[in-house]
Amino acid sequence: MTTRLRTILLLTPAAAWLLAMLVLPLVVVVVFSFGERAAAGGYSAALTLENFANLGARWAAFKNTLMLAPAGTVLCLLIAYPLAYYLAVKADPKWRTLLLILVIVPFWTSILIRSYAWIYLLGGQGIPKLISTLGLGNPRLINTPFAVLIGIVYGYLPLMVFPIYVSLERLDKRLLEASADLGSPPWRSFLQVTLPLSMPGVATGCMLVFILLMGEFLIPAMLGGGKVFFVGNALVDLFLQSRNWPYGAAVAVALVVIMLVTVTAYMRFTRRWAGGRDDVSLM
Amino acid sequence: MGAESLTGADKSSIAELRGATKRFGAVVAARDINLSINRGEFLSFLGPSGCGKTTALRMLAGFEAPTEGDIYLDGQRVNDIPAHQRPVNMVFQHYALFPHLTVAENISYGLRQRRPKPPAAEIEAAVNRALETVRLPGFGPRRIWEMSGGQQQRVALARAIINEPKLLLLDEPMAALDKKLRHDMQIELQTLQRKLGITFILVTHDQEEALSMSDRICIMRDGGIVQIGSPRDLYDRPKNRYVADFVGKSNFFEGRVTSVAGDTADLQGAAGISFIGHAGAGIAVGQRAIASLRPEQISLSRGDGGVPVTVVNRIFLGEHTEYLVQNPDLGQFLILASRQAEAGEGNLEPGETGSVSWRDGAALILNND
Ligand SMILES: Nc1ncnc2c1ncn2[C@@H]1O[C@H](COP(=O)(O)OP(=O)(O)O)[C@@H](O)[C@H]1O
Ligand SMILES: [Mg+2]
Repeated sequence: MTTRLRTILLLTPAAAWLLAMLVLPLVVVVVFSFGERAAAGGYSAALTLENFANLGARWAAFKNTLMLAPAGTVLCLLIAYPLAYYLAVKADPKWRTLLLILVIVPFWTSILIRSYAWIYLLGGQGIPKLISTLGLGNPRLINTPFAVLIGIVYGYLPLMVFPIYVSLERLDKRLLEASADLGSPPWRSFLQVTLPLSMPGVATGCMLVFILLMGEFLIPAMLGGGKVFFVGNALVDLFLQSRNWPYGAAVAVALVVIMLVTVTAYMRFTRRWAGGRDDVSLM
Repeated sequence: MGAESLTGADKSSIAELRGATKRFGAVVAARDINLSINRGEFLSFLGPSGCGKTTALRMLAGFEAPTEGDIYLDGQRVNDIPAHQRPVNMVFQHYALFPHLTVAENISYGLRQRRPKPPAAEIEAAVNRALETVRLPGFGPRRIWEMSGGQQQRVALARAIINEPKLLLLDEPMAALDKKLRHDMQIELQTLQRKLGITFILVTHDQEEALSMSDRICIMRDGGIVQIGSPRDLYDRPKNRYVADFVGKSNFFEGRVTSVAGDTADLQGAAGISFIGHAGAGIAVGQRAIASLRPEQISLSRGDGGVPVTVVNRIFLGEHTEYLVQNPDLGQFLILASRQAEAGEGNLEPGETGSVSWRDGAALILNND
């Protein structure tokens, strides 16, 4: 068997999988985006740019997504890093597994149920009541971007913690001894050794959380009260409620394009940051 | 500073361990270590794996605080001074090079930790000098994983010596190198030490390495020091069987001490075979002891004037031939015959018989521990 033939045979399953799961649906979406809404809803073949011209009508959803997804990612990172650092470096190995399980436990319950808990906590009977009882003002939390942000951070934190934990856990402790040996105090060793070497984990975590957040719709729907909706909510609305598939497809295509651009830019940036190293895996 | 420390203008010790003991729970990794390290010397810790060599080194570096006892550096007690403030550098067992930094960045790491930070031009010049010293000129921009094992070892060395430490600690630096490279590196390291005049402390379990490189060797066992001395001292005057066995090859014959006169003892071995030689410390008449005979001190001939033996095996080593011979009373032992000594006799083949003899005084009568 020639190498060439073998290569083709070996690649076929993966290529078929990619085609069926990724390319075909995308092609369908792109084709739909140039079509028209059928009278009874759904898709009717056409070739028009009208759907794209109308994207501005959903500007609020794009704006919310593009602000809250990065903000949520950064907030997740800021909370997850110290937590992961504690788990991987400081925590007593005896308790480590238990603590790690505690980080995952929320995943055992549906995000839907957990969001209900937050609706209560952020609603009139929850934290705001506590604050007003203490005489510290009368804040409104539920149905604000802030509430959505809290929900996002809460929901996605473990996805950020784990990759960072893994990269910190793998870090060779002797490198820190070498750093100390060469005259660096502990805090500077952290900045010069630990932090750079945990960057692959940070990059992976950010990518994971950011990409998933861009498509999020459940948390904004529940904690944003229809006021803070994401592109994901617009899609639910367009495909399931108003059944304007072509317009929904156009919104989806726009989201994919935005994601491609940001993720590519991000990868460029992290790669340059890592000095062109191949071993800094981003995913 | 190199010349001065070599001529011995300053003989005072650069570092000292006083009664240093380190416990890890129930394990005593280092046991009451008393050692004074001379300025500019090349000292080795030699002993089998797990005998506490690394622990002793780590106490000097500041990575382990002694459970009991004190550590002194240049006259100052440093028990409570953290590693990053000690004027000591270490070449780690597996180098511990920073994978995210280039070769040059690794080497300059120590200088960049100084406050105030030296000017960039100065750092660059020092890095280039260090690269020259370890014979890696122009390798500065390389990545660590682009370097071979031997090259990484040189980078680790350069990273340490650039700081001009008072004490350079090397933890089995050659363990990961192949034999040829190891030998080259040993010579280089020794040359480097002479040139820089920095005090080197080498940890190794390889006796040849310790013997060929060190001014003094510290033989260790179960966390404690058994004997300290120059390679020649240890070879010629081992304190006990353990040292004689660890430093060079030796044959051991059990027996009873029949007489001690001055520093010479006579030991009656199996079948009344007598071994006369230097008596080790504490050897007394009547006690059981061992005679240590180096393979090269035994001569083998075809005649039957001495102790009869049968040749069991023969290994050609170039300039020397090593024989494994058997005597019904003494058991099996090794003989190292030089080519010259054998010239007249002709080689004995395995299975042939001959006889062995040794000079009076060639043996060492030692305690069997
Ligand atoms: N951090 C540690 N915790 C527990 N035991 C240790 C530790 N470091 C060393 N030891 C033990 O101390 C003894 C000496 O170890 P070490 O100094 O590394 O020996 P060497 O370098 O001669 O091989 C060994 O029995 C080892 O298991
Ligand atoms: Mg060791």
